[in-house]
Amino acid sequence: MFFQQLINGITVGGSYALIALGYTMVYGILKIVNFAHGDVFMMGSFFGLYCMQGLGMPYYIAFPLACLFTAILGIVMERVAYRPIRTADSLSVMISALGVSTFLENLAMLLWGTGTHAFSSVSGIKVTTFKFQNLVLSNIQLAFIFLSIILMVVLYFIVNNTKVGVAMRATSHSITTAKLMGINTDRIITFTFGVGSALACVAGILVGVYYDAVYPLIGYSYGLKAFAAAVLGGIGSIPGAMLGGFVMGIVETLGASYISAGYRDAFAFAVMILVLIFRPTGIMGKKQIDKV
Amino acid sequence: MNNKLQTVLLNHKKVLLPALLALLLVLPFVVTNSYLLHICIIVCIYITLALSLNLITGYAGQLVLGHAAFYGIGAYTGALLMLKFHVNFFAALAASAVVTGIFGFLLCIPALRLRGDYLAIVTLGFGEITRLVFVNWKAVTRGPAGLPGIPAPQFFGFTIGTRVAFYYLALVLMLFTLFVMIRLINSGVGMAMQTVKSDEIAAEAIGIQPRKYKIMAFVISSAFAGFIGCFFASYLTYISPTVFVYNTSMTILTMVVLGGLGSVAGSVLGATILVIIPEALRFLSDYRMLIFGALMVFMMIFKPEGFWGASKRRKNIYKINSEVNSHGTNS
Repeated sequence: MFFQQLINGITVGGSYALIALGYTMVYGILKIVNFAHGDVFMMGSFFGLYCMQGLGMPYYIAFPLACLFTAILGIVMERVAYRPIRTADSLSVMISALGVSTFLENLAMLLWGTGTHAFSSVSGIKVTTFKFQNLVLSNIQLAFIFLSIILMVVLYFIVNNTKVGVAMRATSHSITTAKLMGINTDRIITFTFGVGSALACVAGILVGVYYDAVYPLIGYSYGLKAFAAAVLGGIGSIPGAMLGGFVMGIVETLGASYISAGYRDAFAFAVMILVLIFRPTGIMGKKQIDKV
Repeated sequence: MNNKLQTVLLNHKKVLLPALLALLLVLPFVVTNSYLLHICIIVCIYITLALSLNLITGYAGQLVLGHAAFYGIGAYTGALLMLKFHVNFFAALAASAVVTGIFGFLLCIPALRLRGDYLAIVTLGFGEITRLVFVNWKAVTRGPAGLPGIPAPQFFGFTIGTRVAFYYLALVLMLFTLFVMIRLINSGVGMAMQTVKSDEIAAEAIGIQPRKYKIMAFVISSAFAGFIGCFFASYLTYISPTVFVYNTSMTILTMVVLGGLGSVAGSVLGATILVIIPEALRFLSDYRMLIFGALMVFMMIFKPEGFWGASKRRKNIYKINSEVNSHGTNS
């Protein structure tokens, strides 16, 4: 029972971690909270569904294509809503993000209706379950866990070992200095939004297939909890977002199964508040020093 | 709203304000449409909420994303007192302000240790937890079914039951909040809050305790949100957890920021405009929220300081003062 819930928690946590990465990367570089990121996740899920349903593609072509679409959506969003106000204070950026969020939610409702859509009817993915003594694992769950871990490892490699990664880290330390060193910071920001949105799309498709449901307002709760996960891990830190996502998923699942299912979301937030009381910059966040 | 228009309005403040007040007083005789009057009452409620959030976010500089939780705590406290203990509306009003103020004080325990985005997310978490308690504590709140049959206010044997009566009550509560906020902001306490907002370390250096003023801002702000929550419960006679959600918190914050952070007139304008625009766009039916979202983005791109931003307001005060006193005592 306990190990079963742990595995369920890791599965859910994988999706939070993938979404949280988008929040944390954008925050690390621009110091803004992209409140529309949950809706990018939702759009990613719908793009995946549309490619299969509307365009009749098999899932192995539809899903990568959906990631590409979502990356483009993220880049366009940055160009239109964030780039013109990059120098404005963070609250204006936040309101702009809320505007984008309202826009995307209502766009999805107009395009696909307010109802819940099922993935299973169009994807053709068959669910098979494996049993190891008491543990029950589905192929979707396994794919979910492996895919999210592989993507995180790849991202970690990109950020730490490639030229783009070095440029990203430089930009997150200081945009002005990075510019002086000859880094095209605009391109790095575009790249960050693209990668973050593509990861959100992967999470969207995985959640869609796992729960077999997607609806226009799904981005709200996932976005909120993923953001909380990013803060829990220490916003701006990439390993922090991964850890935060998994902690969030596990706490939520264990809390829901052992204490009370109705308070499922409350456990995640309560743990986050408790961690922040004792460690105000999150688990892996850097301490900021005040200067006069 | 351009700078010139703002200056003209401020220069004729002594005539325009009483005229506006008179207009608000005779409004129910002019607007007989019950739906429009309902919108006016909602505007009053949101002005109060925006003013209270503006105190904490605009003046004390603490970003709060869970203001709807205070609104909800006030509404549920008031409703339960009136339903279960048959307390008079005005006593319930005071009680809900006190109870919500206590919750605001409790939120200070984590909030004082954090700042910026971390504070924002903790208040957001607080808002979500509060909503989940409303949904799940079925013995008291009846969960998603909500609390129906909340009685109308009684005032010396006279029942406030008609929409016109409710409008006057809302107007009085809103004006009371407006009065308290203006007095508070222009007092030493308000000045100290603004000092804390601009620089905490500098504030400490000149003997202002940031902790004390942050607690005051949290408690006062939440108390006002709770008090209007109680009115809301009595006005609609029914409350359910669906009103006190994250979206409502965001709407209130949007009103404050679109109106202009740290500006009383801005909050009033922001709340009025943001309640009226979605109603006015109803003819666009399905497209209205789409357009509303796009409008928010455009507004922030072309006018990030809001309709009546603090920076412009300061310029205007300086101009007016310079006519009277060339040295300008105000900064």
